[in-house]
Amino acid sequence: MLESLRIVTDPLVDKNPVTVHILGICSALAVTTSVATALTLSLALIVVLTLAAGIISLIRHHVPSAIRLIVQITIIASLVVVADQLLQAFAYEMSQRLSVFVSLIATNCIVLGRTEAFALQNRPVPSMLDALGNGAGYALVLLVVASIRELFGSGTLLALPVLPLVADGGWYEPMRLMLLAPSAFIILGLLVWAIRSLRPGQQETPEFSPLAQPRQVQP
Amino acid sequence: MAELKNPWRRFLARPNSDRTKTVGIALIVAVICGFCISTTSVLLRPLIAVNVEADRQGRMSAMLAGLPGIGAILAQAGADAVEAVIIDLDQGRIAEGFDPAGFDQAAVAAEPSTSTALARAEDLAGIGRRENFAQAYVVRSEGERALVVLPVYGNGYQSTIRAYLALEADLATVAAFTVYEQGETPGLGARIAEPAWQAQWAGKSLSRDGEIVIEVVRGSAGNETEVDGISGASVTGYAVTDMIHFWLGPKGFGPWLDAMRNEDP
Repeated sequence: MLESLRIVTDPLVDKNPVTVHILGICSALAVTTSVATALTLSLALIVVLTLAAGIISLIRHHVPSAIRLIVQITIIASLVVVADQLLQAFAYEMSQRLSVFVSLIATNCIVLGRTEAFALQNRPVPSMLDALGNGAGYALVLLVVASIRELFGSGTLLALPVLPLVADGGWYEPMRLMLLAPSAFIILGLLVWAIRSLRPGQQETPEFSPLAQPRQVQP
Repeated sequence: MAELKNPWRRFLARPNSDRTKTVGIALIVAVICGFCISTTSVLLRPLIAVNVEADRQGRMSAMLAGLPGIGAILAQAGADAVEAVIIDLDQGRIAEGFDPAGFDQAAVAAEPSTSTALARAEDLAGIGRRENFAQAYVVRSEGERALVVLPVYGNGYQSTIRAYLALEADLATVAAFTVYEQGETPGLGARIAEPAWQAQWAGKSLSRDGEIVIEVVRGSAGNETEVDGISGASVTGYAVTDMIHFWLGPKGFGPWLDAMRNEDP
């Protein structure tokens, strides 16, 4: 029981896919201008990731290793298409705001990363818990970044006014930068820095010392 | 493994490196995934179509409400001021026997008996076949025609462009042009969907000496029948021009517009 709990809670901070492994950055930049879009994409990712991990874990003994990536990505992509269609049918306006990023869940490294690294080796229930935890970790980072961006960029949270804008007779002048992609990079960088300062265990050992050989490009 | 009678179990018992099993698993996964996607797509298509339609209506209402004078008419008379009519394009008159609420123009266009194949020289919009019946909207103010809205579409650079062309009561001046569906190159052709580009259509003249001459030009517009082109999107500009020429021409709404002009004193 404690073991299962740890599988879910570890990826929230200690093994967070975004801040520790720096995965899934593309969508983290694109959909975090408002909390509502971040929340929807996070939910879609959690559902897709959990189902994909469960299905792949169920058939893990029969997936030939020669085509395992193709099989995984086929299953993930199918789930993504279904999720996208469901969004278009039941939350059309939101699906228009998320545009291509729902379809791009298929290429989100977190999804393939967890199915390849965990679901292929583990039983369905732990796999789904691991997927749930990683999805929640991704969602947590997205929500933190989106809250900061929406609050300072538009003065609202979940479209509810928090800081009264100058345009409406208040005192807050919105920061345009917060609505542009670079701000997500800056906030994410500060977040990673803060977490690694609080948890020194997450700091990576320097891969090279200054003036040493150029760094090898990771494949 | 010869003792396993069930062929399914025999298949699963093969080693994972086995070629038959590799192909078999790939096939099974593909078929199951394909089935799931097709089922969802077919089941959800009506719901999505309703959403797209509502979005389209919303855009048209927004376009009408934003026009000078028309917004006031709509506010006064409500939605009743907008009359949906089905036009018999060949006869150039309002077709009887259709219910505008249930009219499915896409189905009419797809059905050979209710659509006409276009010769290449006629097919400016690049649509291949044209439906014989098309929907249009007339906005009336105290019985007088105030605005005619023509839904137009045509082949763009890499997508079908769908738009509303709103004409003033004189049927010679553009009141508004709104693109509601396109998939042109983002940042270039897709800028035809930007309000700033669409805004310059208002007040343009369609024709000179009875000939339709309105055009999206390369560079800046020189007179009242020209609209600024978008740099890097010449083909999209040509497509918009051709599409409007087609739909205002003899194969499009032309006969109906002529009939309305002749009715006027």
